[in-house]
Amino acid sequence: MSVDNNLDDLYREIILEHYHDPHGRHEIHDADIRNEGKNPLCGDELALEIKLSNGEVEDIAVRCQGCAISVASGSMLTDAVKGKSLEEVKSISTKIKGMLKGEALPEDFDPEDLEALQGIRQFPVRIKCALLAWATLENGIKDYEAGKKETLNNITITSTEE
Amino acid sequence: MNAVALDIQKIRQDFPILHQEVHGYPLVYLDSAATSQKPKSVIEALSRYYLETNANVHRGIHTLSELATSQFEATRSHVAHFIGGVANEEVIYTRGTTESINLVAQAWGDLNIQTGDRIVITEMEHHANFVPWLRLAKRKNAEIVYIPITGDGLLDLAEAEKLITPNTKLVAFTHMSNVLGTINPVGALTELAHKQGALVMVDGAQSVPHLQVDVHELDVDFYAFSAHKMLGPTGVGILYGKQQHLEAMEPYQTGGEMIHMVSFTDVSWADLPWKFEAGTPNIGDVVAFKSALDYLDEISMESIRQHEIEITQYAMDSLKATGVITIYGPEDVSLRGGAVSFVVDGVHSHDLSTILDTQGVAIRAGHHCAQPLHSRLGVNSTSRASFYIYNTLDEVDRLVDAILQARRYFVRG
Repeated sequence: MSVDNNLDDLYREIILEHYHDPHGRHEIHDADIRNEGKNPLCGDELALEIKLSNGEVEDIAVRCQGCAISVASGSMLTDAVKGKSLEEVKSISTKIKGMLKGEALPEDFDPEDLEALQGIRQFPVRIKCALLAWATLENGIKDYEAGKKETLNNITITSTEE
Repeated sequence: MNAVALDIQKIRQDFPILHQEVHGYPLVYLDSAATSQKPKSVIEALSRYYLETNANVHRGIHTLSELATSQFEATRSHVAHFIGGVANEEVIYTRGTTESINLVAQAWGDLNIQTGDRIVITEMEHHANFVPWLRLAKRKNAEIVYIPITGDGLLDLAEAEKLITPNTKLVAFTHMSNVLGTINPVGALTELAHKQGALVMVDGAQSVPHLQVDVHELDVDFYAFSAHKMLGPTGVGILYGKQQHLEAMEPYQTGGEMIHMVSFTDVSWADLPWKFEAGTPNIGDVVAFKSALDYLDEISMESIRQHEIEITQYAMDSLKATGVITIYGPEDVSLRGGAVSFVVDGVHSHDLSTILDTQGVAIRAGHHCAQPLHSRLGVNSTSRASFYIYNTLDEVDRLVDAILQARRYFVRG
């Protein structure tokens, strides 16, 4: 019995690398942005912290308890947004969410490792796994911009599952 | 009646859906605790009802309406007999176990739970037998407490005895856990409850499909289950309630079908069981459910139980032999049913489920609508394989092979 080829699209080598050794799992004690994301349908949980410096992401941490896809997506997210301004971060998030939903990426945008998440489109019930980190990021920025940086809130990703 | 070994290959011929390939592999359906597959006889009964009999029940004075009504009520008599020979008045049709429990939480709970009263449930409940009571307790400013589970997934009866106090009005628990597989001692818990004057509500969604259940012998006050987990159609549930309790309760919903007389100023309720069945019921599915009961009677609940003990033992042994799988719930198969939840070291349950699906193996992943239990177990999610009359030992081998394949994929070196 051999594992289906489609699986290699979902679990690309780069995704498994991020899963086994996720980036940015440290804690940021003086974070400016904190948010927690939860996917109540599957139980995945994610904590995100950002330290800003001159309006740019100086440090970011993501700690995720979840499946390979949600862990890898969170790990890649930390690489993608470090050093970027919040406006740039929001723009990246919009593009990646679009990509996960099947939209084409702009030609001048290099998603780097995140490109590997494209294979998830063939597994619709798993898209929410990849979205968890990005939804938590966007929610955290929204709260920060609304002046609610100390509040923790849970987000819910809806899915067709269950 | 003595248990006879089931002829699984013959049974499988009655389930057309099982004979298909998924992603190029023969389907291995191990998710019957979520919903069972349906034999041809049930599917044909449903279709025959709409081809030949369809009419509304309890009202038309014409041939089809009388036929539909008699078939609709014949299922009720069969259910009454199936759960131990109760009165037809004590068998209420609902949409499923969830609605049956909500009916009791509202129609009984509103009248009988007051500020300061105690409701006792357990840590292992499905949300269906958890949330209605939590909500009722909040609404009434009552107290809700949870019977803890032991390390091997049994209810802690010594704690139960302490928790069921004189101010306890209701004790609600599952007969068979949908996660741990645990078969709870319904009789012993019911005795503890009745000693303190509390009523007992049992969630039988996982037990009635797999065990012979006699609600008289168990002496429970309310018992709920669903047709779709026992070969029947979706959208049909049963609430059994002792007649004296049902008589004293207010209706759950109001409208047509459930009234006796209505004037511009007053209304009187229909007799049991129709008092609780407002509106046109799910007639076709109720009628087809009788064929599911016939099927179960034919092969006998004793034989089903024997088969499930055998396959569950084999599955637990095989999973354990891999050395990389943690199984939750009782080790002793005489204390459990055929729902086996587990965690594979190094592979998240969702990743496992995806990989198994690509090999045609259908299992369930997640928290199985029992989040409090999972937090008690200290895991975010588990994988669950669940067995029924059509599952074979070969299918268990396919499950284990696929799990090992998945593990090789994720855990390198």
